[in-house]
Amino acid sequence: MPLTRDQITRRAAQELRDGFYVNLGIGMPTLVANHVPAGMQVWLQSENGLLGMGRFPYDDEVDADLINAGKQTVTAVPGASFFDGATSFAMIRGGHIDMAILGAMEISEEGDIANWMVPGKMVKGVGGAMDLVAGVKRVVVTMEHTTKKGEPKIIKSCTLPLTGKACIDMIITELCVMHMRENQGRRRFEVTELAPGVTRQDVERATAAEIWWSPDLKAIEA
Amino acid sequence: MINKVYPSPQAALDGLIRDGITLMVGGFGLCGIPEKLILALRDSGAKNLTAISNNAGVDDWGLGLLLQTRQIRKMVSTYVGENDEFARQFLSGELEIEFVPQGTFAERIRAGGAGIPAFFTRTAVGTPLAEGKEHHDFEGHTYVMERWLKADVSLVKAWKADTVGNLVYRKTARNFNPMMAMAGRVTVAEVEEIVPAGYIDPDSVHTPGIFVDRIVRTVSVKRIEQRTTTPRA
Repeated sequence: MPLTRDQITRRAAQELRDGFYVNLGIGMPTLVANHVPAGMQVWLQSENGLLGMGRFPYDDEVDADLINAGKQTVTAVPGASFFDGATSFAMIRGGHIDMAILGAMEISEEGDIANWMVPGKMVKGVGGAMDLVAGVKRVVVTMEHTTKKGEPKIIKSCTLPLTGKACIDMIITELCVMHMRENQGRRRFEVTELAPGVTRQDVERATAAEIWWSPDLKAIEA
Repeated sequence: MINKVYPSPQAALDGLIRDGITLMVGGFGLCGIPEKLILALRDSGAKNLTAISNNAGVDDWGLGLLLQTRQIRKMVSTYVGENDEFARQFLSGELEIEFVPQGTFAERIRAGGAGIPAFFTRTAVGTPLAEGKEHHDFEGHTYVMERWLKADVSLVKAWKADTVGNLVYRKTARNFNPMMAMAGRVTVAEVEEIVPAGYIDPDSVHTPGIFVDRIVRTVSVKRIEQRTTTPRA
């Protein structure tokens, strides 16, 4: 059985470590916040100027001056801080954020990512995505393995305009977990875990890139 | 003593706004925007403006109001998803847009205020936003050169000011306002409260008064774009 969105984000949450400073992208990555293991403190950074983002506010706590990067009203946890945009992106571009979890439209076999524009469609802008993939220590992508039409999203080289080059460290999809590996100057994703009941053939059919297989292939526990 | 406190948003913009000037406008979405100064800017009727702002407001609030009246010719922004009129003018070619990655946007403005004409960053290397720009290698990595942004007039929003222009922001309404206050040849701050000099602890000042030329107190509407809540159990 392929993983549900909830299980994908639960598996992503296993990558978190106590004390990590983490930026979660809009959409599925946001759900990772629901699965932070008990007893672990993870600081969520919102690039509009908040470190220590908490849950959505109760109705009587709503504050128009306190929003996240998705422009949603949020709260700040004890120990949180507010700062300006240059300081926020100094955290991101200066390599101070431990992990970013993002979505993607395409990923190349060398770890390039495209997730900000489709030629011919209205371009809304890039926000902080290019800064995150270029500056954060470890970039994890959670996404569906294929498009809605069933076409592979992990491909030899991206056809869409890039967000960043050779910057993705790990991919978690409903089918498998992949880690970027380097061997004799070549970079490829290595499949390390399969979803329960999913076969190597299932992954290979849904992927249009050269991938490597771990000799120690495990089942995803999520 | 120079009086920085003005009685109304219109008075605070008096003599500053002309056709074709470049403005910086603070805010992230509708959070921390100088909402009444934007209304006064609209009422000035100035045209062919270049607006440097993270977003373009929504159709009927924030900078969206100046798109309705076609006063903006060019925008320098990071993301503009929330505005239908923006999309229409952009697709028809009436409006020019320069998209900038958000960290580069913040840093270009900071550089403009700090007198740094250019800097290098890894952000956007290998993407369409770095095409045609100078690249340079440092310590084994490739970086792209980005230039400063400056404005004729910066319109910022703060929570509190004192009479000499020191500013304090509130929560995430700070966003790009402090850098924009530095990068405007003239900076006008819209605030919710003005206190006498000495009533803000110098340790607590976010923007020192040297960067602020004019102050106006207004009552903010503070419209919320995405009201998300947790139900009480």
